[in-house]
Amino acid sequence: MTVALFAVFATVLVASSLMVVLHRHPVTCALFLVLAFCSLAALYLVLQAQFVALVQILVYAGAIMVLFLFVLMYLNLKRDLEEGLHHQVRRVIGWGMGGLLLVEGVLLFRPEWAVGPLGRETPQAVHAAGNTEMVGRLLYSRYLFPFELTSLVLLVAMVGAVVIGKGRRRRGDEEAA
Amino acid sequence: MTPLPAGPPLAWYLGLSAVVFLIGVVGVLVRRNALIIFMSIELMLNAANLAFVAFSHYLHSLDGQIFVFFVMTVAAAEVAVGLAIIVNLFRLRETVYVDEVNILKG
Amino acid sequence: MGALARLLQQPDARFVLLALLKIVAILFGLLTVVSYLIYLERKIAGHIQARPGPNRVGPLGLLQPAADVLKLFFKEEFVPAEANKVVFHIAPMLAVIPALISFSVVPMGPAITVTDVNVGLLVFLSMSSLGVYAITLGGWSSNNKYALLGGLRSSAQMVSYELAMGMSTIGPLLLAGSLSLVGIVNAQRAIPFVVHQPLAFLIFMITALAETNRAPFDLPEAESELVAGFHTEYSSMKWGFFFLGEYANIIVISAIAVTLFLGGWSGPWLPESLGFVWFFAKLGVLLFVFMWVRWTFPRFRYDQLMAFGWKVLLPLALANILATSALLFFIPAPGWRQAWAMFAGSAALFALAVALSPRLVPSRVDLLARREAA
Repeated sequence: MTVALFAVFATVLVASSLMVVLHRHPVTCALFLVLAFCSLAALYLVLQAQFVALVQILVYAGAIMVLFLFVLMYLNLKRDLEEGLHHQVRRVIGWGMGGLLLVEGVLLFRPEWAVGPLGRETPQAVHAAGNTEMVGRLLYSRYLFPFELTSLVLLVAMVGAVVIGKGRRRRGDEEAA
Repeated sequence: MTPLPAGPPLAWYLGLSAVVFLIGVVGVLVRRNALIIFMSIELMLNAANLAFVAFSHYLHSLDGQIFVFFVMTVAAAEVAVGLAIIVNLFRLRETVYVDEVNILKG
Repeated sequence: MGALARLLQQPDARFVLLALLKIVAILFGLLTVVSYLIYLERKIAGHIQARPGPNRVGPLGLLQPAADVLKLFFKEEFVPAEANKVVFHIAPMLAVIPALISFSVVPMGPAITVTDVNVGLLVFLSMSSLGVYAITLGGWSSNNKYALLGGLRSSAQMVSYELAMGMSTIGPLLLAGSLSLVGIVNAQRAIPFVVHQPLAFLIFMITALAETNRAPFDLPEAESELVAGFHTEYSSMKWGFFFLGEYANIIVISAIAVTLFLGGWSGPWLPESLGFVWFFAKLGVLLFVFMWVRWTFPRFRYDQLMAFGWKVLLPLALANILATSALLFFIPAPGWRQAWAMFAGSAALFALAVALSPRLVPSRVDLLARREAA
């Protein structure tokens, strides 16, 4: 059953990611990205990472994409017009490189690289103690310093977004103020 | 409720992560709209997150999920600042196509 | 038939089937309750305004919801010419779906939950952040200036108050030590959390009003403002869905408030198996409060609304988290001493907020002064 769930959500993820990249209207691309994020959250649930799955919906689908949609609606963009020879050339090169990298990755991958030393947090232990509790315990003990740093990162981003988004006052406004 | 039965091997998850990552790379290379490029970058970040969570599950270590948490935070910060820049650019140049912002003047 | 019997013997299949039955029961129950909630709202509005409300259709007007639904079915449904067809059609659905999903984690009785996810509170918070999409997309896809403005205003309001709501739920979370809603209800067997966290309860109710776009926060959809806000261009069943979504959201948020602060299904005098009676009683009281507030208070102006959400409620919710964690460190044992200490802390913060907020939220005098200076 887990394999079936993986197959369903993986298909939805790949299909919506392709639509993000291929579709011409930016708002539809944003909505497909939301679908991709939700299917990714479902995959996280299949991987027993409940906290990360819900934080994915809360932060990515619920906040970041809303911000994207706000900006898209504010800019009032229509369908992308991408015709002409240089676009065709760019498309061929882009897809060609993508395909090449994929083939390279598939050929280079060795299964023995993906088996490392097993950690202590076995699925039974995590299920007994609770996923969120264990993540919280790790976050506030071993990863405390990066956690505090991310609060600084967010503060800087907030200040930066407000300052940059406000823009510079034009000459006329400065005389009136 | 009991945990789910054993799922597909790790290689499938890594393959899926690689495919989504490469779709994001192609998006950055092919599209001209700055916002779509931004969305492709988010796809790449999420593909990396998927690899992290898959490893966390198969190697019995929660460090992967902690990293996902940090990646999400940094991605949120990056989106906020990046969209502010794009809005400012639009105000200045009336366009979001990266091909048309090729003059440093102004 | 043999295959079906064998399928039912597996515990996983039985779990899924039981969950499906509970989901269907909740779905039908919720939809009926929502239509009668609309009837109750009109009755209560009427009596607050010294008039009887609907009383023609059936005894006491009780068949009014049926008449309304029939009318909605037969109305002409038109789609604006340049609207984005696909998004126009899915926006109303997005209004209802998150509310229904949140309802699946609410414990209505000692063993009545569709599913006890161990991150139940996060499910509710995620679904309320997904609810913003319905309004944003509904307003944008209508290809109408007023709808777009109303939609963007409304979603900006919802996103701002969502933060304060999430932070106000952290108080009960700290006290219960678990994100699971069943765990939170079980931690309130002795004393409901409203005694420990009256300020958090107040913030939660205020932000709930803003999240569901109810008065006094309904500027984006008020009739005298932007025509009808984001649902200007919607008619017939699509508009009905938005309406349904709004009332379903109200019920869900009240249910979460009952679970987090008022003790869920626990209550005196009745045996535990009848806990759902207490749950629905408390839910009814909160729903009445929602409607009472709507027909009593005047509307917030938009800049006052945003200033209130960002400058008053958010710092207050943060201060509440600080105070709660500090008091939890000094008095870790649950009991009346802890409850009264936290009550005193909350009262002090509330007094501080009341003293400071006239300076933070612009009033009519400020607006006039600004207009004269410019």
